[in-house]
Amino acid sequence: MKIVVLVKSVPDTESKIKIGADGTSIDPQGLKFIMNPYDEFAVEEGLRIKERLKDDTTVVAVSMGPERAVEVLRTALAMGADDAIHVSDPAFEGGDAQANARVLAEVIRPLSPDLILGGKQAIDYDAAQVCPAIAEYLGMPQALIVSELKISDDKKVATARRRVEGGDEMVEMTLPALVTCEKGLNEPRYASLPGIMKAKKKEIKKVGLADLPLKAESVGAAGSKTKVVKYHNLPERPPVKMIAGDAAAQAAELVRLLREEAKVI
Amino acid sequence: MKRFAGFDYAAIDSRLSDDEKMVRDTVRSFVEEMALPKFMEHYEKGTFPSELVKPMAELGVFGATLHGYECAGLNNVAYGLMMQELERCDSGLRSFASVQSALVMYPIYTFGSEEQKKKWLPALAKGTVIGCFGLTEADFGSNPGGMRTTAVADGNEYVLHGSKMWITNGVGSGVAVVWAKLDGEITGFLVERERKGFEARPVKYKLSMRASDTAELILDDVRIPKANRLPEANGLKCALMCLNQARYGIAWGVIGAAMACFHESLEYSKDRIMFAKPIAGYQLTQKKLADMATDITLMQLLCLQLGRLEDEGKLKFPHVSMAKRNNVRKALEIARTARSILGANGISGEYQSMRHMCNLETVDTYEGTYEIHTLIVGHELTGIPAYE
Repeated sequence: MKIVVLVKSVPDTESKIKIGADGTSIDPQGLKFIMNPYDEFAVEEGLRIKERLKDDTTVVAVSMGPERAVEVLRTALAMGADDAIHVSDPAFEGGDAQANARVLAEVIRPLSPDLILGGKQAIDYDAAQVCPAIAEYLGMPQALIVSELKISDDKKVATARRRVEGGDEMVEMTLPALVTCEKGLNEPRYASLPGIMKAKKKEIKKVGLADLPLKAESVGAAGSKTKVVKYHNLPERPPVKMIAGDAAAQAAELVRLLREEAKVI
Repeated sequence: MKRFAGFDYAAIDSRLSDDEKMVRDTVRSFVEEMALPKFMEHYEKGTFPSELVKPMAELGVFGATLHGYECAGLNNVAYGLMMQELERCDSGLRSFASVQSALVMYPIYTFGSEEQKKKWLPALAKGTVIGCFGLTEADFGSNPGGMRTTAVADGNEYVLHGSKMWITNGVGSGVAVVWAKLDGEITGFLVERERKGFEARPVKYKLSMRASDTAELILDDVRIPKANRLPEANGLKCALMCLNQARYGIAWGVIGAAMACFHESLEYSKDRIMFAKPIAGYQLTQKKLADMATDITLMQLLCLQLGRLEDEGKLKFPHVSMAKRNNVRKALEIARTARSILGANGISGEYQSMRHMCNLETVDTYEGTYEIHTLIVGHELTGIPAYE
């Protein structure tokens, strides 16, 4: 089997996000970037399928993004992926989910994978659109937000468990297919230290616009139907007021504040 | 409390390669998720967390600088950063890895026969066998050359007799690297735990390194085949080469302990309100924090330089003595200062600083005491030995 795993470099969950000076971008200065946590489940699942099958299955990690995407590809290689492809080109900048999916679909198409795995969403923009759009472009079935995945012995059918309101839904798909991974699917391994040393020596293949059957006007900002107009910070929370005194005095003061200041009673 | 994210006042990260940082961050995640949550329970009970051996082996921690035999082949800076992260959890966890790697795998790799390497190194790397190192004796700590344990050739065997003290991993070990005098010369041997006359007794009532396995080894006429002698381990110098490896790891490791204490006390001082403002806002606390931060930065710079020297093959043992001596003592002082910032809360195991403080008393003593390393550096500077 050939398994493609999509990974994305996203800001660490503890990062403080700052809006860029132009108001339509995120300032990457001082941010720590990590592999999107849901993509870790995807890498792990790909590796587990490979280890279960014990055949010539290969796992190829693909990431689209600026130079820092190389770091998450190295992590995927260190975890055990066989190959890595970095999709990057100035023409891809400013692409929305659909434009990026169009690019990724063309990167993946010549690889003819049996299975494409990705995270259920990236924790930066939370759109959860790129993976399903890739499946559409490639004309393959998809199961999203999957918490259990089985590949049949003849490697022709995938059975996926999806959490739905009030129960689970079991989906059967003929391969090739695309699956997005949910927490609980597996427990991602740590990159091993020998794996890190091996990953260091592996070549990461670069793919740009010139390598793809796409025109500049169908990718990046030019090929996008949506545009970020402005980012806003959440409004600051008003300060907390502590009420002093014994219980009776506190209750009286609270009622007065709710009536006179908050005007809710 | 804010998640631990290392301490990098002088942008030392910019001097590290991507793979060195990846090694550090991987071990950091492991410590954070798998080791730290349960560590205090083990510390209180006085047990080593043996459930961590397999995951550490899978990570590739053991013998990580060795090449071949299923080892990672890290450079010495990546190895040091790994030790730093392990000791950020606890000196006992780092000690386990130090002993397995520097004191058991290193001598087999360096002084062993090809047969011994093939037999032991993969098993030690996988953690299916745990090793220990028997050099120190109850009456011969700083002066190992005075040891009383002997080996006598008898036909196809050697007969070992004596005892070893303060042996990390002793009780749980499957194989011991034992140093004994053979015809008056200190020589290294491999002794399997099932050999008749070999016994490991746990050291009781420890007030430091409580989550570490510390033993006394008894060798009561233990007979081992001649093939168990490490062919190139002849002379005290060979034993000291092993210690030099371990001391290098310690100099890095204690940076982790110091960082844990600094991080904890800094965050605490910003949250703890006394006389209507955080204690971090008082000059006395700020002096403590500034001193700690400065010392950690100096420790980092020294270790990084020594690591680069070792990778270039230019590191000398007095360099390592300087780093072990300085960094452990500074880490110990940082742990004490951090404990003082934590006030009464600092004596509780809910916080880490006092645990590190107690551990560092051991680290200040083992693998060459502060005093012995002072004399090694003094010898190097003056050319005059002052040990006796």
